[in-house]
Amino acid sequence: MAPKQKTPHGSRNPDLIRGIGKFSRSKMYHKRGLWAIKAKNGGVFPRHDKKPAEAPAAVKPPKFYPADDVKKPLVNKRKAKPTKLRVSITPGTVLIILAGRFKGKRVVFLKQLTSGLLLVTGPFKINGVPLRRVNQSYVIATSTKVDIADVSVEKFDDKYFSKQVEKKKKKGEGEFFEAEKEEKNQLSQDKKDDQKAVDAALIKTIEAVPDLKSYLGARFSLKAGMKPHELVF
Amino acid sequence: MPFKRYVEIGRIALVNYGKDYGKLVVIVDVIDQNRALVDSPDMVRGQMNFKRLTLTDLKIDIKRVPNKKTLVAALEAADIKNKWDNSSWGRKLIVQKKRASLNDFDRFKIMLAKIKKAGVVRQELAKLKKETTA
Repeated sequence: MAPKQKTPHGSRNPDLIRGIGKFSRSKMYHKRGLWAIKAKNGGVFPRHDKKPAEAPAAVKPPKFYPADDVKKPLVNKRKAKPTKLRVSITPGTVLIILAGRFKGKRVVFLKQLTSGLLLVTGPFKINGVPLRRVNQSYVIATSTKVDIADVSVEKFDDKYFSKQVEKKKKKGEGEFFEAEKEEKNQLSQDKKDDQKAVDAALIKTIEAVPDLKSYLGARFSLKAGMKPHELVF
Repeated sequence: MPFKRYVEIGRIALVNYGKDYGKLVVIVDVIDQNRALVDSPDMVRGQMNFKRLTLTDLKIDIKRVPNKKTLVAALEAADIKNKWDNSSWGRKLIVQKKRASLNDFDRFKIMLAKIKKAGVVRQELAKLKKETTA
């Protein structure tokens, strides 16, 4: 049987006051069992001699020394913490997008991706916003929620939205521009199918609530007299 | 123009400044020229400057500094809460509170309702216009 791994023991010498332990040196010698270790080892404390250090491999002198001393930047081992999702944003919340092509659009929140961005969909049929990533900072969360239980969003992650890497083309002068343009405008069929699949269940739940469909189709704007700091969203 | 609302024991006032903003309180005693002792079913009896109070038309019948039980009973008997909520001032306050608490979706629904109502009114108006010109 392999010896049991014991969790390391805390201090066996409780503090009376900071800096003064309860037990004297001789008592602690006994408590730690150093007498038993010595007895096991024939009256001497076991010692392990240093292993003979291997001679370091011979380093050839470098061929090139740079003229000026270049400062090396300090090492930075900081790791970014995962983005905290605002408490007001839960799956199914209606969000108002504040910047970009779809500013003012009211949109349904699906889930937060590992990069911290929010996965969001119009739905596309209602307001033209496709499955898209949006930053939390450019979004107002309203208190309106849509039931999102029958929508499966597991397959979407940040890789799904990465730019397609084009194979490097040989530079043919005349046909260069036309061919490029054609490829850019195509959205792959399976992305369109994904959109339809996600939206199908969503649209049914949206149509069940009166006026919600036209609400999502309309853009948000500040009118005269609206004070954003006093508005309840 | 003579004054109609007097500071007197039993006068109901609205607090317009401070921690108890918006509450209805009863003037229970007058301390001096500037301050009154004020009480309400949901607050500890305390002094308030008159400048923090706006007098209302309502008044209840109490003796100077009643205990809480008597005060609550008098308020119930005079039915101040309902009288206030049905008065035009009280109704306005309720509407203000409702408007401030509206959701973005609620504001959208109200906009649709306003447009619909305006449409109906305009139709009726057009009908009436036709009748008068015809």
